[in-house]
Amino acid sequence: MRRRPATGRKITDGAVRALSLVASAVGIFFLGWILLEVARRGAGALGPAFFLDLPSPPGVAGGGLAGAILGTLAITALATLIGVPLGVLTGAYLSELGQGTRFGASVRFCVNTLMGVPSILIGLYVYTLLVLPAGHFSGWAGAVALAIIMLPLTARTTEDMLVLVPDSLRESALALGAPRWRVTLDVIFRAARGGVVTGVLLAVARVSGETAPLLFTALNSPYWPTTLSGPTGNLTVTIFNYAMSPYRDWQQTAWGACLLIMASVLGVTILARALIREKRR
Amino acid sequence: MTEAAPERPKLSVRGLDFYYGEHQALFDNTIDIAPAKVTAVIGPSGCGKSTHIRVFNRIFELYRDQRATGQVLLDGQDILAPAFDLIELRRRVGMIFQKPTPFPMSVFENLAYGIRLHYRPTRSELHGRVEAALKAAALWDEVKDQMQRPGTALSGGQQQRLCIARAIAVEPDVLLMDEPTSAIDPVATARIEDLVVSLKERYTIVIVTHNMQQAARISDFTAFFYQGRIIELGTTEQVFTAPRERRTEDYITGRFG
Repeated sequence: MRRRPATGRKITDGAVRALSLVASAVGIFFLGWILLEVARRGAGALGPAFFLDLPSPPGVAGGGLAGAILGTLAITALATLIGVPLGVLTGAYLSELGQGTRFGASVRFCVNTLMGVPSILIGLYVYTLLVLPAGHFSGWAGAVALAIIMLPLTARTTEDMLVLVPDSLRESALALGAPRWRVTLDVIFRAARGGVVTGVLLAVARVSGETAPLLFTALNSPYWPTTLSGPTGNLTVTIFNYAMSPYRDWQQTAWGACLLIMASVLGVTILARALIREKRR
Repeated sequence: MTEAAPERPKLSVRGLDFYYGEHQALFDNTIDIAPAKVTAVIGPSGCGKSTHIRVFNRIFELYRDQRATGQVLLDGQDILAPAFDLIELRRRVGMIFQKPTPFPMSVFENLAYGIRLHYRPTRSELHGRVEAALKAAALWDEVKDQMQRPGTALSGGQQQRLCIARAIAVEPDVLLMDEPTSAIDPVATARIEDLVVSLKERYTIVIVTHNMQQAARISDFTAFFYQGRIIELGTTEQVFTAPRERRTEDYITGRFG
């Protein structure tokens, strides 16, 4: 039989290699560009005043985003407090009890659908649910909107992590006489701890950059977030307002806020990766 | 078919059928397990050996499509009866699996976990019980200085003895072993075989094994399973030297399986 020449194969191989390399390079190039540009333009805004003071009127020197920083921290923390327990418990149900059941399959379908819902829709939903009846925007509504976004994210990663725990571990804990809930809590969660914590961190990182759901719920405020019952200052909506304003110093502050969020998300993501690596070791 | 044990049997199985969904895996199993003896369960792959012993602690109930019908009497009480307390059953009937399954916690906590499930020990009682179980499992000397290390950091053979220690720490009557040495090197296997022999004074042991030499070395009784049926049960000596059934003879002489 006639041998197939290697030349064509080698050319195809080289072309595919080059294409995938170029594709990766393009992705990394834009990420690098964004990171550098945000760092370059935002660094100037980050002084002590940025972290300690409330905004000043346009044209007036000084002023900062202390209120918005605190507001974002409070809303995100509250959202985590609501969304993570619900998400983790949903994930535990899907992995430990709902496996192979019709109800489990429909819960999983709903969770996947919820994950695909645009965040602006969730903002509008919470707007009609909480903001309209109350008659005003509030930090609470913002936290609820972010919690709804976190729920499917944590539910899916929790399920994925728990399913990875081998059945033999479940069986041996049950065989020792442990009731099912203790097997899940004491043994299965412990075995999957690193992965579940990582999933939660990534969900926190994800919602801390959300703007659309907050536009309809927490809105924004230039004051200290002394209560979450009214419009609450937050970084992402502040970025939206300041970047769109015609004032140079506000635009500068918006860059600073971008840098702060970007650095925090990057920090949390790196922490999550480090935890995964720790787990593998 | 079955040989009457001299004493009252620890476990009496009567007409046990088992199903994986529609598929029937065990057919009318009837067998008596003698107390304080080692009973080996042998047979070719897929013959129902593991399925059979997984009924004794009802661990199969973890999977919703599996079900067992018939009677399994533990000291005369039917463990398949819905009223039989599952937690108490599993305290009395411990299980060791093919692969060692240390919990993701320290050596000490691996043992303390089971003890605390069933007892309310004082601190000193707990430490005493952990030490006694590790000694009974011939592991104490190797781990007494590393009680806080993760159980998963031990060697494979040590992990399996840790699992045996964990099982006996809750004071069971019966120990089920599902091919406990199949994932372990020969030296560690020999230690576990010695351990099994030393444990039979206090516990009734049922061991599934693929290794016929192992069955011959450590068991008092041997049951031969084939295609979900118990073909023969007798003293290990009788089954290996003078099998009554043709299929038993074919299997132990290596003609199939």
